[in-house]
Amino acid sequence: MSAPVLKLVAQRVGLGLLLLLAVSVLIFTGTQLLPGDVAQAILGQSATPQALENLRRDLGLNDPAYIRYLNWLGGVLTGDLGVALSNGQDIATQLGKRLGNTLFLASVAAVVSVPLSILLGLLAVRYRNRWPDKLISGTTLISISLPEFFIGYLLIYFVAVQLGWFPSVSTVYESMSFGERLAAVALPAATLTLVVLAHMMRMTRAAILNVMQSAYIETAELKGLSQFDIIRKHAFPNAVAPIVNVVMLNLAYLVVGVVVVEVIFVYPGMGQYLVDHVSKRDVPVVQACGLIFAAVYISLNIIADVVAIVANPRLRHPK
Amino acid sequence: MLKLSRIPASAAIGIILTAAFVFAAVFAPWIAPYGEGQIVGSLWQPSSAAHWLGTDNLGRDLLSRMIYGARTTLLIAALATALSFSMGSILGFTAAVVGGWIDQVMSRLVDLLMSIPTLIFALVVLSVLPANTLTLILVMGVLDSTRVYRLARAVAVDINVMDFVEAAKLRGEGRGWIIFREILPNALSPLVAELGLRFIFAVLFLSALSFLGLGVQPPEADWGGMVKENKEGIVFGIPAALIPAAAIALLAISVNLVADWILNRTTDLKGGRGNG
Repeated sequence: MSAPVLKLVAQRVGLGLLLLLAVSVLIFTGTQLLPGDVAQAILGQSATPQALENLRRDLGLNDPAYIRYLNWLGGVLTGDLGVALSNGQDIATQLGKRLGNTLFLASVAAVVSVPLSILLGLLAVRYRNRWPDKLISGTTLISISLPEFFIGYLLIYFVAVQLGWFPSVSTVYESMSFGERLAAVALPAATLTLVVLAHMMRMTRAAILNVMQSAYIETAELKGLSQFDIIRKHAFPNAVAPIVNVVMLNLAYLVVGVVVVEVIFVYPGMGQYLVDHVSKRDVPVVQACGLIFAAVYISLNIIADVVAIVANPRLRHPK
Repeated sequence: MLKLSRIPASAAIGIILTAAFVFAAVFAPWIAPYGEGQIVGSLWQPSSAAHWLGTDNLGRDLLSRMIYGARTTLLIAALATALSFSMGSILGFTAAVVGGWIDQVMSRLVDLLMSIPTLIFALVVLSVLPANTLTLILVMGVLDSTRVYRLARAVAVDINVMDFVEAAKLRGEGRGWIIFREILPNALSPLVAELGLRFIFAVLFLSALSFLGLGVQPPEADWGGMVKENKEGIVFGIPAALIPAAAIALLAISVNLVADWILNRTTDLKGGRGNG
């Protein structure tokens, strides 16, 4: 890699880190929106003034907001996410295992959905405007309209309950072997795959079609190459950058879709943890989870940009 | 003028189904056979002549709950969409017309908001705000207005440099006139096409929040919440939770069909089909 590329990549990563800092401010501000007093909200109307005062001191609510933000940020950077209000447990240790579980689930879904959608996207281009293409376009419309829980419960109802192939509740624990773990996440991963698949293949199709309209493809066609050779040798290399972009955007979407899917399958991941603590109004946990989700999301977007810069020489020379 | 026979079959199906849902929502108290919270029998009865869709987890008539649920779901989603549209388009037009630092500040703020997944930020905010319908509408409307803002600003920037806008400026018209009398009428068709997609997003988003227990609070019926109420039945082979989930999907597909048709008719502008 040459120096200008490195510089561009460094710029993009730096910008991403800056964005992450801004996002941390936004998440912190978001939890300060309550017009009243957090201590009052936690303890309820019947709390004694003494209890309120103690809780305010414990939470550091007597400090101005920016001091609390800096304290929180300092803690996050040193790996100290604070303790949960609801049960007093250390958030970082709780999150560690769950983040691993969530990433495992998302990776299984990604490993299945990415190659499958690229393959189907290529097929749609190969048989453009014929039935495979129409079928793919049709399912896209349906798939973007289906809520995750509809797909999830359909799978539970038919595959887990009627056929009994997989468990309906995805319990995972430490001593499980890799195969057992895979079987446990089969249904949630299938749900996630179905959620992103149609979208990903539709965008892959669009990216390749875009390339197919260029002059060098016409040249290849005129010199008599077969359709698949044209796609494989000429169209695909040029479509890699947009496809990687599509894949990354959809992986970022997976990270969010995971929240609902984990609740459907009672999977012990970060999404479930976040949702539980939103209803308990456990602000430190929500802040920590929100920040981690946002960080994963932003990182995937940065990777998408970096790959695009590396794969496409035209992006290296900004006008 | 639009001829009825020129409407493609897919759009016609979409219009009919959407109209049916809206009809159920508007006339819910008159067409629902039982009350919203009325307990009519034992729990999770299969469908019968008295209860077409059976009963739910508390022995309430599922069909009646579905009809009342249509009312809640559609009303909240419509209000949130209305809020996001008025806010997003007015701010977007203003940014395009005024320009300068106001445009910069608003656009960067929107970029920042859009860099966090909508659901995650909504969960963060809902962890401190009081759980009621007004909060829901405000949170959904404000978060979704970022997407409308981007579209409205992009469209208005193009219109703002056209001759008739220049003429209006030279005539000495104020910014209010430029925004509402020159830009708004010309930006309407791409915005209307977007309206359907934003409404679907609002329905899906509200349902997801209610399903997570953070949206509409029981005993009020809404489709996402009904999936949550009946989900325990699934493992016993009781499909009650699938019915509201299917209704959400059907509504989203119908509106999508209509929006697609409008999009193809009015403009070649493709965009905004994000997955939020």
